[in-house]
Amino acid sequence: MNDANTATTWQEIASPFCGIAADDLVIEVNGNRIKVLENGDAVNTPAFETPIGDIQPRIQGKEVTLEQAVSHIAEQLCSARQPLIGGMGTDLNGARAAMALADKSGAIVDSQFSPAAFRNILVLQDTGYMTTTLTEVRNRADVIVMVGSDIESSFPRFFERVVWPAESMFSVDINQRKIIYLGKPPSADASTAPDGRKAQVLACDDADLPEVLSVLRALINGKTVQADMVGGIKVSDLQQLTDTLKAAKYSVFAWSAMQLNYDHAEASIQMLCEAIKELNKDTRSSGLPLGGKQGDTTVNAVASWQSGYPMRSSFQRGYPEYDPFIFDSRRMLAENETDLLIWVNAFNVEGTPPESSAKTFVIGRSGMQFETEPEVFIPVGVPGIDHAGRTFRCDSVVSVPLKKLRDSGLPSVFDVLSAVEQAL
Amino acid sequence: MLLKLTGGRVYDPAHNQENVVRDIYIRDGRIVEKPADGRVDHEIDVRDKVIMSGAIDMHTHIGGGKVNIARTMLPEDHAAEVYARTELLRSGTGHAAPSTLTTGYRYAEMGYTAGFEPAVLPINARQAHMEMHDTPIIDKGGYVMLGSDDFLLRMMAANSDQEAINNYVAWTINHAQAVGLKVVNPGGISAFKFNQRKLDLDEKNDFYGVTPRDILHRLSTAVNQIGVPHPLHVHGCNLGVPGNMQTTLDTIQGAEGLPMHLTHIQFHSYGTEGDFKFSSGAAEIAEAINKHKNITVDVGQILFGQTVTASGDNMRQFAGAPHSHPNKWVCMDIECEAGCGVVPFKYKDQSYVNALQWMIGLETFLLVNDPWRIFLTTDHPNGAPFTSYPHLIKLLMDKTFRNDTLATLHPEAQKATNLASIEREYTLYEIAIMTRAGAAKLVGLADRGHLGVGAAADITIYSDNDDREKMFAKPDYVFKDGELVVRNGEVQKITWGTTHVVKPEYDVGIEKPLQQYFDKYHTMKLSNFKISNDEIIDDGRGSLTIQPLHKGGKL
Repeated sequence: MNDANTATTWQEIASPFCGIAADDLVIEVNGNRIKVLENGDAVNTPAFETPIGDIQPRIQGKEVTLEQAVSHIAEQLCSARQPLIGGMGTDLNGARAAMALADKSGAIVDSQFSPAAFRNILVLQDTGYMTTTLTEVRNRADVIVMVGSDIESSFPRFFERVVWPAESMFSVDINQRKIIYLGKPPSADASTAPDGRKAQVLACDDADLPEVLSVLRALINGKTVQADMVGGIKVSDLQQLTDTLKAAKYSVFAWSAMQLNYDHAEASIQMLCEAIKELNKDTRSSGLPLGGKQGDTTVNAVASWQSGYPMRSSFQRGYPEYDPFIFDSRRMLAENETDLLIWVNAFNVEGTPPESSAKTFVIGRSGMQFETEPEVFIPVGVPGIDHAGRTFRCDSVVSVPLKKLRDSGLPSVFDVLSAVEQAL
Repeated sequence: MLLKLTGGRVYDPAHNQENVVRDIYIRDGRIVEKPADGRVDHEIDVRDKVIMSGAIDMHTHIGGGKVNIARTMLPEDHAAEVYARTELLRSGTGHAAPSTLTTGYRYAEMGYTAGFEPAVLPINARQAHMEMHDTPIIDKGGYVMLGSDDFLLRMMAANSDQEAINNYVAWTINHAQAVGLKVVNPGGISAFKFNQRKLDLDEKNDFYGVTPRDILHRLSTAVNQIGVPHPLHVHGCNLGVPGNMQTTLDTIQGAEGLPMHLTHIQFHSYGTEGDFKFSSGAAEIAEAINKHKNITVDVGQILFGQTVTASGDNMRQFAGAPHSHPNKWVCMDIECEAGCGVVPFKYKDQSYVNALQWMIGLETFLLVNDPWRIFLTTDHPNGAPFTSYPHLIKLLMDKTFRNDTLATLHPEAQKATNLASIEREYTLYEIAIMTRAGAAKLVGLADRGHLGVGAAADITIYSDNDDREKMFAKPDYVFKDGELVVRNGEVQKITWGTTHVVKPEYDVGIEKPLQQYFDKYHTMKLSNFKISNDEIIDDGRGSLTIQPLHKGGKL
């Protein structure tokens, strides 16, 4: 089906590239060429439109058949001493195949975005949290606080889809919705209300956010705070925020763990989540952790249900083991603790593996270019473009079906990793 | 290939067979007639062994968002119980919240051949099915949840007619690929989002002005009229609240003769008598169950030890969070449709309340007369992990063991019920009804739960043993669709069970208001919300089995 003269238009297409998984894209497909006609954005459009590149697998730069490449990986994997499956930019069935392969080969598994994801996962595993999902926020929230995050730079359509809908179910007057930034200020205008009202900004640096959140939590709990200023923010402003939150019917705190990019950010997130629980004594309030792009929520979910543990787990001993500090792939690769890396990234041609001394096998989106040619490169198709699949949204409750839009003949991550497992 | 099971002692309550010595013939996954020429390809001598159909767990939390939150939250639960990979079996972990592969293996090893996830959120049904797809051997299915979803509550507030509600319910069951309908804290999950902290049976949801009683009436009528065999599956109001026995009695009355299934009824059977202001309502509840033949219940027995509670009831889970052990928990509001709460918990035999809960569950089992209307559950994992079923069976069948255990509990609790004086011991036949024949009938599985010709060959064979826990923990043989999957309590072969669904008819006109609702208020498209049959079949391991509707089911 590579007739360049017939174009097909697809409606209600879901994007696996962004964590909020917008599924209203209108896409035109002409042979192998993709064009986003409607509802694209700075993240989704380039991700959909990236053209196919190489289609032939390579071993040490030489073109080979898929069977040869798979055989070679399996052979090397058998003799590896501490193999790692990383990247994990894939969909449901790609994740299933990766977990099955890890189990059989005794590998460690971690995803490329785990430093961000674990800022939330560690909180879940230590004290838990109260959270909500996108449709609830869209209809119910009267106050939304962005914590340490410039949401629109990572989630361009968040405000359009969730904060400023045309109508909401509970007669919440959208224009009265209060938007407050605590931490990084917004980079543009998405947070401005339809009637022109700008968001309130209580700006502070990431380095001061832990202290600011502690003070906010203290105020929420009715403690007396002696200081006048914290992190450059007036304590009286934080008191006013506290009053607003207590008077709100359903306040929401949104954050992007990826943007809380400082050491022990999980402690700040925990402080915030405990404050949210305490707000729920008298009114309703919830957290909204945003993230999960390019399959990250999916792979954590699949790992949890198949092994009991999310990413950063190991099958070396023949049963699942979990250690979020030891099995951090970025650390392991930087410190040369792995001798073989299978890097999976079907979504982003720029998501190449980190440099390391490990022998590297890339199962990557066709179009990927390398500074250092890996031991093996198998170009694969994109879930939601080259093959059907499913991906989870960031609020981890909703998952969306992904469609096959073109017939490029590229294999999927599931095809490749299942074949490697069978060849072991 | 024709397999003969020779000389076993058959317990097949669906055909009134109690301890009948007879042969069973299996071909192509089904139980078949004795061949005319008497020739068989393979024979297994099962003389003196007890044969039942494969067991069916009609209420167990095995798949979906909240179950997975529980897993992710509790790495320490997993580390304490690990399962190494073998040639045949994937590795796994977990005691209270096991991984899906482990779940399937452990169920099969106990002779279970089907499990049903009772709280499938429509918006999360896709994930529930994904997790059940990765659960080996056992058949599966789900009950889809309505009752706090804004679409229904809007319809009820607008006084929509019953037919419109029937259409919506039938549509939802179809597109969530469900086998039944569930309601959890009717209207209460929604009320909590509006900051109501409790919702009694006749109390109005602040925003919609509808009561739980109204919701139960509309939904049980819908299920009945569209012909779905499984009755409305009800997690009632006021779960865990001392004094809630009155709510339960009122709910039973309020069913007004329509079929209704009250789940984990133990958690809804509390009085407020005594120094601890916490007492057993089991006797009154059992009496009401005995009297109202339209009511079925499963017990939701608690057993002592560490577990995790995972429930759609965000209102009650939030209220219970201060008792979490260890001190961590999750509460979620979900998509203007539902909610959930995950709270780890440790039941202690020296706690008056926990001891009483244990006793209330057992009292309920022993005081309800009709084994066809009561079912053996621990509301896994809320009361205890499902791997404790053999222990529970022993408590029901062995009065001495039960009373010996009772004697070790909190001393005041021992005096608080009449459990010690209840003589009844469940028989093997009654266990077979409660875990097989009755369960299949309740869920609406036409070809399971029995050993007659035409049944799927899901068969469990036990060596008789006075120690019922040992007996039920380790069956000699388990057949799934005619394949020998377990031998002497160990998995021999991996098969993948089917997903049971029902497909009640509906008027596609319901998609017009649904499309509008999704377009105006939702963050997902209606077309992407629906789960296709292909998704259930997936990579080929899955399959759909459409079970029949009741005759006369209509819109």
